[in-house]
Amino acid sequence: MSRSHRSVIPGFGLSLGLTVTYLSLIVLLPLSAAFIKTAGMTWEHFWDTVASPRVVASYRISFLASFAAALVNCVFGLVVAWVLVRYPFPGRRVVDALVDLPFALPTAVAGIALTALYAPNGWIGSLFEPYGIKIAFTEIGVFIALTFIGLPFVVRTLQPIIEELEPEFEEASASLGANRWQTIRRVIFPQLLPALLTGFAMAFARALGEYGSVVFISGNMPMRTEITPLLIITKLEQYDYAGATAIAVVMLIASFSLLLVINLLQKWSRRHAAV
Amino acid sequence: MASAVSSLNRSAGHAQRPLATRDSAWVRYTLTAVALGFLALFLALPLVAVFAEALRRGVGAYFAALNDPDGMHALRLTLLTAAIAVPANLVFGVAAAWAIAKFTFPGKSLLITLIDLPFAVSPVISGLIYVLLFGAQGWYGHYLAAENPWFPAFQAWLIEQDIKIIFAVPGIVLATIFVTFPFVARELIPLMQQQGNDEEYAAITLGASGWKTFWKVTLPNIKWGLFYGVILCNARAMGEFGAVSVVSGHIRGETNTLPLHVEILYNEYQFVGAFAAASILALLALVTLVLKSVVEWAHARRRA
Repeated sequence: MSRSHRSVIPGFGLSLGLTVTYLSLIVLLPLSAAFIKTAGMTWEHFWDTVASPRVVASYRISFLASFAAALVNCVFGLVVAWVLVRYPFPGRRVVDALVDLPFALPTAVAGIALTALYAPNGWIGSLFEPYGIKIAFTEIGVFIALTFIGLPFVVRTLQPIIEELEPEFEEASASLGANRWQTIRRVIFPQLLPALLTGFAMAFARALGEYGSVVFISGNMPMRTEITPLLIITKLEQYDYAGATAIAVVMLIASFSLLLVINLLQKWSRRHAAV
Repeated sequence: MASAVSSLNRSAGHAQRPLATRDSAWVRYTLTAVALGFLALFLALPLVAVFAEALRRGVGAYFAALNDPDGMHALRLTLLTAAIAVPANLVFGVAAAWAIAKFTFPGKSLLITLIDLPFAVSPVISGLIYVLLFGAQGWYGHYLAAENPWFPAFQAWLIEQDIKIIFAVPGIVLATIFVTFPFVARELIPLMQQQGNDEEYAAITLGASGWKTFWKVTLPNIKWGLFYGVILCNARAMGEFGAVSVVSGHIRGETNTLPLHVEILYNEYQFVGAFAAASILALLALVTLVLKSVVEWAHARRRA
């Protein structure tokens, strides 16, 4: 688009003005409130808040459970995406639509449904109860809820990449004498890796901030299954604005760093796909 | 972030594969079984559980639980919130896509990143920032004891005018607008970039006004993408829990949305009531998935 086109299509000032104003009022101004509020704290106060044992324990469970959930989603998400693209089977369209359920189903509904399933008297929980394995109200419950939430990210990132895989590469590999496993490992997987990492990062980022689906199943035990977003709410309910905001700022820095990583991964992925 | 939220800009279709690149039958069956088993366990089963728990004490108890004035009020508030948040983000999304797709200007990629920002923010923090912005206000002592955090003059003015934002409907609407902010824009920006400006040039050269060009040329071209974005935006607006939970104050019959109502009933051990209300939300989610598939199908057919 050259400069001269700018005058042909009208509405630049109106549309950009509206966009920037709305963005500033709804997103940038409120977000900056969190940072300005924290800037008013002394460094010692900030550090004491964000590095207190209970808060550190919450980072630990949030990080570990999110990481494990994203990892499991990578494995099964890859299989699901591969099956949905490559193997036609009856009802494929319905299954494909169902993958988006975690986006469409309100998190609170997912939370109580998962709790009902995995509680000691639930359909799945009762299967494990005799062996003394508790799922709901433990770390495993947190992991289950975060796996539910993250699944579509991996599948939906991989699907278009698998659809666009050039069959010629696979044919060439096969005609050069590679068996199917070698082709998958040496030809197909490297092409999927950038998208797989992007999907992992997205599922991980989403899981870190997730609240609704986790609070019901986690049991919310301080030092054990209390996730970081819940701790923010707890601080707010104790009127500890500054404490809540300090933890929020730590989380915001983590999610913005992840956003940066995701953007870089996507650039890499696009460049990779273009080759 | 949101590019993982499924998008219309995706091709579909399976050509018959040559033999050399086809997996053997047992691999196909094993992988299909693993995929379907995983999806059944993690997606289908929770959905079934919602309805099974709601109907546990019979159909009579289910409908009795639904017929609850607080629940009805929560449903109305949820619909009202979506009715404000979705059109607001729709207008913004169209404006943003128009500015980004039709013009070149410095800082464009930064603008695209900033539009995505709400997806990277935890829902709880999305609510918290509005509490910080509008300050220590509220009923029943919620947060009242806290010091005024920011903008003291602005917050004092709000109190003076008796304008309630936090623990009131405006706060719920604002927090919902924040979390659903990127949906329509995210869908329209790549679509309009891909379509280019040729048709708009033609219309304008032939003497159409800017608005006429938009209504008669651009809008018909982007209508499926627009509808798609609206469906996703609406689903999130009606289902948002974390952000709304922070700003609402959970006042029954006043500031409870349907997802918050589910939480309250559940925490009071009224499981049939909680799952009955949840079943309404689950039905809305299923309607969303069906509409989404219909739009994807219509879009794919139009392109073919």
